Amino acid sequence: MGQMSVLENTMSLLEVKNLKVHFPVKHGMFSRVHEFVKAVDDVSFAIEPGETLGLVGESGCGKTTLGRAIVRLVEPTAGRVLLSGEDITQMNGSVLRTRRRKFQMIFQDPYGSLNPRMTVEQIVGEALDIHKLTDSKSARQKRITELLKAVGLDAVYAQRYPHEFSGGQRQRIGIARALAVEPELIICDEPVSALDVSVQAQIINLLQDLQQQRGIAYLFIAHDLAVVEHISRRVMVMYLGKIVETADARTIIREPQHPYTQALISAIPEVDPESKRQRIILPGDVPSPIHPPSGCPFHPRCPIAQLPKCQEEFPEFREVAKNHFTSCHFAGTKIEASRNPARREAV
Amino acid sequence: MNETDPIQNPTVEQPLSPWQLFWRRLKQRRFAMVGGVILIVLYLVALFAGFVAPYNYDRLDTNYSFHPPLWPKPAGFHLAIPRYEPGAGSFVYRVVPNDTKPLHFFIRGDEYKLFGLVPATIHLFGTGDEHYPVYLLGTDQFGRDVLSRLLYGSQISLSIGIIGILLSFTFGMIIGGISGYFSGWTDTVIMRLCELIMSIPALYLIISLRATFPPSMSSAQVYAMIIIILSFIGWASMARVIRGMALSLREQQFVLAARSLGQSHLRIIVRHILPNTFSYVIVAATLSVPYYILGEVVLSFLGVGIQEPNASWGNMLTAAQNTEYLRNFPWLLAPGAAIFITVLAFNFLGDGLRDAADTKSL
Amino acid sequence: MNLLEIKNLKMDFGKNADALRAVDGVSLTIGTGETVCLVGESGCGKTVTALSIARLVPTPPANYVGGEILLNGRDVLKMSNGELRSIRGGVVSYVFQEPGASLNPVFRIGNQIKESLKLHRPEKATNDEVIRLLKLVGIPAPESRIKNYPFEMSGGMQQRVMIAMALASEPKLLVADEPTTALDVTIQAQILDLLGELKQRLGMAILLITHNLGIVGDMADRVAVMYAGQIVELSPAKELLRRPLHPYTRALMASVPKLHGTAERLSAIPGNVPRIGNFPPGCRFAPRCPIAKPECSDKIPELVEVEAGRWVRCPFWKTP
Repeated sequence: MGQMSVLENTMSLLEVKNLKVHFPVKHGMFSRVHEFVKAVDDVSFAIEPGETLGLVGESGCGKTTLGRAIVRLVEPTAGRVLLSGEDITQMNGSVLRTRRRKFQMIFQDPYGSLNPRMTVEQIVGEALDIHKLTDSKSARQKRITELLKAVGLDAVYAQRYPHEFSGGQRQRIGIARALAVEPELIICDEPVSALDVSVQAQIINLLQDLQQQRGIAYLFIAHDLAVVEHISRRVMVMYLGKIVETADARTIIREPQHPYTQALISAIPEVDPESKRQRIILPGDVPSPIHPPSGCPFHPRCPIAQLPKCQEEFPEFREVAKNHFTSCHFAGTKIEASRNPARREAV
Repeated sequence: MNETDPIQNPTVEQPLSPWQLFWRRLKQRRFAMVGGVILIVLYLVALFAGFVAPYNYDRLDTNYSFHPPLWPKPAGFHLAIPRYEPGAGSFVYRVVPNDTKPLHFFIRGDEYKLFGLVPATIHLFGTGDEHYPVYLLGTDQFGRDVLSRLLYGSQISLSIGIIGILLSFTFGMIIGGISGYFSGWTDTVIMRLCELIMSIPALYLIISLRATFPPSMSSAQVYAMIIIILSFIGWASMARVIRGMALSLREQQFVLAARSLGQSHLRIIVRHILPNTFSYVIVAATLSVPYYILGEVVLSFLGVGIQEPNASWGNMLTAAQNTEYLRNFPWLLAPGAAIFITVLAFNFLGDGLRDAADTKSL
Repeated sequence: MNLLEIKNLKMDFGKNADALRAVDGVSLTIGTGETVCLVGESGCGKTVTALSIARLVPTPPANYVGGEILLNGRDVLKMSNGELRSIRGGVVSYVFQEPGASLNPVFRIGNQIKESLKLHRPEKATNDEVIRLLKLVGIPAPESRIKNYPFEMSGGMQQRVMIAMALASEPKLLVADEPTTALDVTIQAQILDLLGELKQRLGMAILLITHNLGIVGDMADRVAVMYAGQIVELSPAKELLRRPLHPYTRALMASVPKLHGTAERLSAIPGNVPRIGNFPPGCRFAPRCPIAKPECSDKIPELVEVEAGRWVRCPFWKTP
């Protein structure tokens, strides 16, 4: 069960099938494990070469875990990850190491993602050294200079240390490091969330330029829908470990089918002063992924939930419009935003 | 270049590596610099002990047992050493008036081996005449010059400190790094082993370890064995701390980045995790050296340290353990003063290092 | 008389040759019940300006070298310690960015709120009052919640507790420093909604610091935009969003991706935000400004009222 890629015959660059990442909850060193944090719970999707797939969700929805599971920084509990048809969840050792060249990751924290004790040259060069991508010192030097230039940094910065750079520049260094192995897919885990507003646009533009020049595909993970909509062709919305809606970026913003997506969109503060939009305020907090609600995981907070169906039956993830998938029994119902005080309370 | 290229404005005038920043902060701390200078002087003097010391450590002269410190007197443009002769009562000396010999620098004296290898006879100062001995810090029971023994002893005491921490900290860092990085069962087993070692009272461990070695060993062997014993006790606590740091460092995004690049575990530990523990390690090492020096003193007090006639600060102090001696011949406590100064200097330096490494403070 | 009047505030970090100017001639007024947003990016000085209102910035290393902060007519910078303690909480309360870090993890939240009450309204330091406050901020089942420790609550709930603590002393001015930046967008909506409602019920003035222009539209009566230690634009909120005047404000608004936006490429502001101590000469935005002229680097432009209630620090603000 999952979205079908539009052209079924050409092989997708990345295909995730029924991926699950469950962390055992231990109550002490020797006790049996009964509970699991279902961080990623049966997720399937595909990314075509050169396209950007956005992944949106709030904290605790599992998007970061999903990104890390795909690059095997976190081990998947079940499911498959196919990279150009090869299942990387079954690989290990040097085979995996070689394959790692195809997919890389860019991290969120510009201050934690670079080793403070290494120079820029060492940070970017490490990637080249691990995979023996250059055969002489001068070739290595040249390649590092090229990479720095590609991300908009002057070659003279190669001997500097991370603490001398601003957040935006550090993200560029992180991008250069990822580019060094010439990947086909880059998982961008909230790459601009920690940056100043005026710098975010620079990095987003850079990522788009690099995609145009090199044909790299992105899985762009973020919590900011506006940024995701801008950069992605297709967008997935995640809630409590499951994908609740997938569609083209423009479509999902204009005609969101799932109530959670609608609430997410309405919660974004708009810069437009004339906007008379009323907010849909969701009550309560995200439930714990150890004990997700029965039936539809969103039903306790859902403005249009109808018992008993939403509480008992898990809604199937199905196509509700062309290339638009969602999992909701009442998909497409427009929510009336209200100023009802009861709605404002946390549950 | 497209219009989103950043304007090239590096944030500092000259690039400063983390080490240079650290050094600059350290220089601002006066006490630390004083401590550092004292230590440099002590270690240099220890290195050239044979040269600085007027006599060998085992040179006896029972005519001058328990001689008090004698200091050169100015005579014209030189310094001169007066002659003493035994006076009334045991171990009492009096000056012979108008009988002096000038003090020379860079003078030939007893043969010694510089660095233990190169035979030499030039000493820093002396009179060249054995009837005019220079006992700047007096003599002990056997008429051996305390200053000379102090200097030879410093070679032992100071080096035990340095080599000891080098061994235990290197070992502790590696074990701690592996334990924290791999976590799981590896971590559990290693940490229980560390706790086991740490839970044995150090004193008893020292004694029992010493007892397992044959009583008659060459002084070099005794020296090596003391270092090994002390290091064996010391590595466990360092390993625990490094393990804690490694546990948190491995979640840092730059470590995740290295893993996603396909870097091997060993290289990650060595290149990414351990270098980021250096600021702690340097401070802990500096503050631990005194314990090694004092450890040697304890071993000597127990009679299982460096043996006579070799000098160490420990065995010199042990020999002075007599209240009568202390009352009448207080210069025998010179090694105590030396230890005090050394420990103080290490502590000043260590405090300064810790402040300099703490980038959150001013 | 305005509730708060900051007049030409100048603050340095460090002394003499090493002094770095963090706040350079900032003037701002807040009237009773008014909501003012202070917008800017990291390092612009907005947080230290806000902390200065209750003199919460430790001196040293900070150093006030000029200006006044008049709270109900009295200069905070000249107050004694006793007076300061009574205005902190009593007149002005704070809510900070990371609720998890602002709450003491070893005390129950009920006790933490009571502590705030004990300091300013000791006769009301009772569980009943705590429960009333928790209800006020929308925490359900408050009777059982007062026994919770902070780690037992989510980020949104923790922030509500912080707001309750801030309100306990019935302040006239609530200073909220990026109160929702660390929260999810749906929770952010809840909190902003709450603040809006409290503002109306209690007639409280709010100084809201943020880097998110969207929040400005929802919450603010007036906006001050700060850049490199100075206010570069000051204006009623709706006017600013409809028609921003300063090139920085305009560039900032243009660079934020919008929902339903049609831009292929975002219009980014080149360069980096200048850091303290590295401010360029003359107009601090000039190196990155799309309409900068050579004379912009000669001297710092004045903040001038160019339309009713609208102040801009740029002589070329009319340039389209």
